[in-house]
Amino acid sequence: MSKPYEIIIGLEVHVQLLTESKLFCGCSTKFGAAPNTQTCAVCTGTPGALPVMNREAYRLAVKAALGLNCQIATFTKWDRKSYYYPDLPKGYQISQYDQPLSYDGYLDILDPENEEQTRRIGIIRAHLEEDAGKSMHDEVAGKADSRIDLNRTGTPLLEIVSQPDMRSPAEAKNYLTELKLLLNYLNVSDCNMQEGSLRVDANINLHIDTPGGKVATPIVEVKNMNSFRAVERALAYEAERQWEVWQETRQKLGDVPKQTRGWDEGAQITRGQRSKEESSDYRYFPDPDLVPVTMTEEAIEEIRRSLGELPARLRERLVEEYGITAYDSDVLVNQGRSLVDYFVTVADRCGDGKTAANWIQQSVLRTLNEGQIGIDRFPVSAEALADLIKAVLAGKMETSRGREVLARMTETGETAAEAMKGLGIAAVDESELEALCAELLAANPKVVEDVKQGKLKAAASLIGQAKKKNPNVNATRVREICLQLIEQM
Amino acid sequence: MSLTALSACDLLAKLDASEVTSAEVTGAFLDRIEAHDGRIGAFLRVDAEAALAQAAAIDQKRKAGNPVGRLGGLPVAVKDLLATEGEVTTCGSRILENFRPPYNATVIEKIRAADGVILGKTNMDEFAMGGSTENSAYQLTRNPWDTTRIPGGSSGGAAAAVAAGMAPLSVGSDTGGSIRAPAGWCGITGLKPTYGRVSRYGLVAFASSLDQIGPLAQTVPDTALLLEVLAGHDPKDSTSVNLPVPRYAETVNQPLKGLRLGIVPEHFGEGLDGEVEKAVREAVAVYESLGATVREVSMPHSKYTVATYYIIAPCEASSNLARYDGVHYGYRTDVKQVAADLEAERKKYEDAGDAAAVENLDSVLVRMYRKTRSEGFGPEVKRRIMLGTYALSAGYYNAYYLKALKVRRLIRQDFDRAFQQVDVIAGPVTPTAAYPIGDKVDDPLAMYLCDLYTATTNLAGIAALSIPCGFSSEGLPIGLHLQAPPFEEERLLRGAAMFQRATDWHLKRPDLGGE
Repeated sequence: MSKPYEIIIGLEVHVQLLTESKLFCGCSTKFGAAPNTQTCAVCTGTPGALPVMNREAYRLAVKAALGLNCQIATFTKWDRKSYYYPDLPKGYQISQYDQPLSYDGYLDILDPENEEQTRRIGIIRAHLEEDAGKSMHDEVAGKADSRIDLNRTGTPLLEIVSQPDMRSPAEAKNYLTELKLLLNYLNVSDCNMQEGSLRVDANINLHIDTPGGKVATPIVEVKNMNSFRAVERALAYEAERQWEVWQETRQKLGDVPKQTRGWDEGAQITRGQRSKEESSDYRYFPDPDLVPVTMTEEAIEEIRRSLGELPARLRERLVEEYGITAYDSDVLVNQGRSLVDYFVTVADRCGDGKTAANWIQQSVLRTLNEGQIGIDRFPVSAEALADLIKAVLAGKMETSRGREVLARMTETGETAAEAMKGLGIAAVDESELEALCAELLAANPKVVEDVKQGKLKAAASLIGQAKKKNPNVNATRVREICLQLIEQM
Repeated sequence: MSLTALSACDLLAKLDASEVTSAEVTGAFLDRIEAHDGRIGAFLRVDAEAALAQAAAIDQKRKAGNPVGRLGGLPVAVKDLLATEGEVTTCGSRILENFRPPYNATVIEKIRAADGVILGKTNMDEFAMGGSTENSAYQLTRNPWDTTRIPGGSSGGAAAAVAAGMAPLSVGSDTGGSIRAPAGWCGITGLKPTYGRVSRYGLVAFASSLDQIGPLAQTVPDTALLLEVLAGHDPKDSTSVNLPVPRYAETVNQPLKGLRLGIVPEHFGEGLDGEVEKAVREAVAVYESLGATVREVSMPHSKYTVATYYIIAPCEASSNLARYDGVHYGYRTDVKQVAADLEAERKKYEDAGDAAAVENLDSVLVRMYRKTRSEGFGPEVKRRIMLGTYALSAGYYNAYYLKALKVRRLIRQDFDRAFQQVDVIAGPVTPTAAYPIGDKVDDPLAMYLCDLYTATTNLAGIAALSIPCGFSSEGLPIGLHLQAPPFEEERLLRGAAMFQRATDWHLKRPDLGGE
């Protein structure tokens, strides 16, 4: 990067928590129901109805915050954030303003410049709030019909605010990837951007080197990004745009009000949205309908004990305990906890972590990717795969033959032994193998001659012929026996 | 003696003894409403048919020997801010003129479960904002003792209904005195329970941290009976407190031995009418004659009550009332008219070449919000929304709302200190007797000052009640205000019942004529 500036990025991520019911009422949070069928007096803001906090949502939020290495507040309260919008039926959102449930955490992410290293991104705070409804705008042909679906209203949202610690769009993408992985491991959110269970707003500006010292450009908030890829592209576009604007206008931070820009996926550009004042007046005040939440140290510790092993630690452990490379460990861990569990079972049973990692990456993951399925729907159990690998390691068949067996197991659901039998794979005994080799040598005097001359490579053609005659032969053994026999000639 | 002249407890005894049926009792009160409410205006809606049907069902139950609920078929009037499923609930506001809640308030469920017969919905100041019921968008309610005067508010309909013998029991709500002030001015008993004692679920909110539902009745035992039905923890209201409900009605007639009564010197200062002061001091003397000791307790922060209250309550109200946008329920302005108006305005600006004005024109949605709220809310409600919105704005929050919360804590500390020395605090409910209708309509500040003694109870979150303790020279009732520590409703009721056994102010009835 030869440009004389540094990119400064901070992300605000909203994730929906995996609760059965909403944050302040008993309505279902299930995605995809017919509009306005998952509502009640409370989440539609019907006069007189009152919110009651969902304890499970709070527990999940604390779990996520602990995973993000945050401090957990032992006392928090709920605040009302007031604004008018058609999908906000009460005219305010219940959120947490000055006393978030957690603060001062961090997330270690892969450094895109050097994948061997990590970068630590600070977390300012993570707090719980209720989601608003969904507005669907139909602006076709000048019609300005808007429809409101309140199913989503009141769904628990965890807002995770990072420090402006990211220095490139690639880092922002790595942050999101790692965050999503962590939340999946914690089982607190499914982080599905398409269904809106994870939403990202980015704040970005440049620190430009000038003869007078470093100058910050105005911070821009970028919204409307629908994939991690879009976040990366939007930020790359926005950095370039801000650089150009700087060169034209020399506008510094504070010269203009904070701008909000939306990412246009079709045009691959950001577009200016309504300009907002430095701080909108949301008239926050404590919600008198809800009581403050207190957490004891014991309760926090109990949640901490439920975290399980998290990705960063797991990556290290797989390298240490199974002797696999950092790269392999990364690939496995990034697939999620159930794949790691699968790997561990295979590796433990077959006794060879490296080989297990190879098989899973080369065969299992390919099948999963092709079928767009998760490991839970993969038809070959970890035990069955381990048995197959054991058979290969014991020399009962070649690796390539083993892959055929796995393909058959995947298709039929057979055990390793059944599939091997089905494919006619049987160990070839030594005397049979020697007879076959002798037969080949007799039929290929030219090869024998070449080998005697020291051209050991010539033996390769013998292996091919041996496999044709009996697909079960072990190539290495054929080669060894042939060379031995030639020496004796 | 006619049925409507009896106390709720006496009626209940007759019902339990099958001397009368609930249908007869209910019919008697419906007749009385029919005869007098045209003039009093206590009820916004009476559903005679539903009430009689409910009464008949209870009579059936009793006849069949099945257990009957605590209220045993007694009629109850309900303030029109309690959600009644499928029944219009207006909160005294035009903006809710056609609002039919999809659910029942918890207290409505409790009254029904206790076999209380719901007579109808009573009039109130719009969104419970006001002290005279003159802010109702629908009608005036008149004081049964002098129909040229206000009944007090905001539970003016609730109090007038009981005072006029049109209901033996009535449910109101009290945010700054809205049960106690009208009870005092109408010569009946009204109790504001401790914050959290009664579920607010289904109470259309005015100021959530101050609102509390409570009973109004002729006598203290009647009040105790209804409180027993209303009180209790509700999982649907996080601010309701999980404490057992004492059997108030059973203990109410046990006198408090060695009662230590507190008098707050700050309550007998400027603005207090001489006749009211005299009646209150005589009431205190009655307690002394009953063996109580009396001492002064200082409440140094009580002088900030009105200022504190009129910041906190409007702040919460401005937020609670943000939801009335004409979309989901209630009143909505004529949207076609809005669109036509905007089109005309656009044309006007375009013809004038005023591009900026065209640019700044409201969307139909925004104009619909503006017009709906401007037509749907009355002036007092708008005033409080503006006060609250202003006080919560960035830059003012610390100076107003936060400061008010701090003073609120100091007021509570005044009470905590006082209740270390005394069991119950006695004083006036309001500075004067009921004033003439229209007297303070143009002077909101004068009206706010009437909350001086009562709003402090709500700020502190404690329990208080009002009982009749005399009459002015014009024949208007004067109330005695008794305050007790949080969740000491039992003490409050027993202390008040002592007074009523020694006096007969609560037995006086206004003459409505035509009898």
